[in-house]
Amino acid sequence: MANSLRTPEGPGVLIRIESVTKRYPDGTVAVDRLSMEIPDRSITVLVGPSGCGKTTTLRMINRMVEPSEGTILLDGEDIQRQPVTTLRRSMGYVIQNAGLFQHRTIVDNIATVPRMLGWGKQKARARAAELMERVGLDTALAKRYPYQLSGGQQQRVGVARALAADPPVLLMDEPFSAVDPVVRKGLQDELLRIQEELGKTIVFVTHDIDEAIKLGTMVAVLRTGGHLAQYAPPSELLSSPADAFVEDFLGGDRGIRRLSFFPSGRLELTTGPVIPLDATAEQIAAPDALWLLVTDADGRPLGWSEPGDLAAGDIRPDRLLSHGRPFVPGTDSLRVALDCAVLSPTGWAVAVDTDGRVTGVVSQQTIGEAIRSAHAAGRDDEKVAG
Amino acid sequence: MNVLNFVNSFFSDSAHWHGYDGIPARLGEHVRYTLQALLLAAAIGLPIGLVTGHYGRGGNALSLVATAGRALPSFGLLVLMTTLLGFGMLPVMIPLVILAVPPILVTTYEAMRSVDPSPVDAARGMGMHESRILFQVELPVALPLILSGLRSAAIQIVSTATIAAYVSLGGLGRYIVDGLYQRNYEKVVGGATLVAVLALVTLALFWAVARTAVSPGVRRR
Repeated sequence: MANSLRTPEGPGVLIRIESVTKRYPDGTVAVDRLSMEIPDRSITVLVGPSGCGKTTTLRMINRMVEPSEGTILLDGEDIQRQPVTTLRRSMGYVIQNAGLFQHRTIVDNIATVPRMLGWGKQKARARAAELMERVGLDTALAKRYPYQLSGGQQQRVGVARALAADPPVLLMDEPFSAVDPVVRKGLQDELLRIQEELGKTIVFVTHDIDEAIKLGTMVAVLRTGGHLAQYAPPSELLSSPADAFVEDFLGGDRGIRRLSFFPSGRLELTTGPVIPLDATAEQIAAPDALWLLVTDADGRPLGWSEPGDLAAGDIRPDRLLSHGRPFVPGTDSLRVALDCAVLSPTGWAVAVDTDGRVTGVVSQQTIGEAIRSAHAAGRDDEKVAG
Repeated sequence: MNVLNFVNSFFSDSAHWHGYDGIPARLGEHVRYTLQALLLAAAIGLPIGLVTGHYGRGGNALSLVATAGRALPSFGLLVLMTTLLGFGMLPVMIPLVILAVPPILVTTYEAMRSVDPSPVDAARGMGMHESRILFQVELPVALPLILSGLRSAAIQIVSTATIAAYVSLGGLGRYIVDGLYQRNYEKVVGGATLVAVLALVTLALFWAVARTAVSPGVRRR
């Protein structure tokens, strides 16, 4: 049981959408000859304004909506070939507002699909408890009812319920749209973490481009009328939008946002202007810098000062300028490093290790050079969480 | 003489406590009529209300039938049925059932329609069969409202079942009809009091059923 939710071996399930059209009886075309391949073991985000057919597309994958034309293949097999309930039970389904069964306890909500598949009550509940932990829910909530949980907790239950029977595919329809931004960020981080552990084929619908860029391995931008405007990894989307619609939809600061995809590990740090609290007069004078960063005995940053304001042996930490938020090279992206430099009163960003000890400082200029070379290096940089 | 004196002397008269015209016997008959009519009405109203409510179709036809049912006067119907069918249980049951079906039917339909659609969507999306969605997702949430429909039907039957006495049947209506005929107002008031008490007991019973049958997650306490 304990390892039953580990990433299964072998290939995952890929989904192929082949020139699918959805036309309603009144003539409205929700999706127009859409073709795309959804890679296995990755998060593919469908994003676009309302009326772009993103939800319709998602709902055609589990046949909640039947396409008018075209086929959808699951691992090479037409989804029309198997009974609709069998198909749906092989796919987790998460919707906005979670859609929990309010008359059932949390644990029984999560155990729904395993119970439908004929599992015993004990086994299903044990699995449910295991899933509660996986999605970051306190198991003490097991016997509560949905109305006793916050919106964010309810949505976690929704995700746990979708994962309960360990389906290879997860369909998520604007799952985090109804919660506040702080909770949403937590849920997004949790989804990325779970995905790293489980490696599902996830199709995720949102109208929020930032969410799409944060979560997506691939992002499909759809335009009104159900046309695919662009289908690309988020970094490529930001660097080269296919047309004016995509560019407009991405918003103004896509250059800055794209920096989330570049690591800060290769930034050239300097330790020249870093001096300890008990620095001697020579140490203060030596760096020949406009600003000096003073650190405590453990090497943690205390603050910035101009060399002229410092007296050897009598450096007063409360007289120093704030060092601002430091960044961790390797963990944080270039975007975070730039942000730190922009927010710093001196224009220098402070780099620390994971224990908070200063490893060096870097100027806005140096970061600017790193950005230019990163852009030049192309698109093969690894994605880091921004 | 005020009403309380009538009530007091009716209930303290030991002659009213035994025999075929005693309170236990008449109460028993009344409860039996009520249960029969309620079960028949529920057997008609619940399935139709559940299915139409689940599929969201036929709402207009339902409200038409319900309005027509409500517009029919029970007493008039009783006289008509007795003229057509003769004396017996059937001419009494028909107006009572016609009286009780509309509240059950309409409230059940409305209860099913008012269920939040997102759990239904989630259930369908996870591959639940329609019948299971109806009974395991919608019904438990719609139950409080459905019970309230059954409750108002039951109360209406309890008070209207008195008309059975007009066509020579028993029940608590016996006291009222006979009392009026004999100008024995003690009997009339006593019978009416019993009907009122039975209605209150019915209310209490439905409250108890709702307490036990409705999930705490739906009751929200």
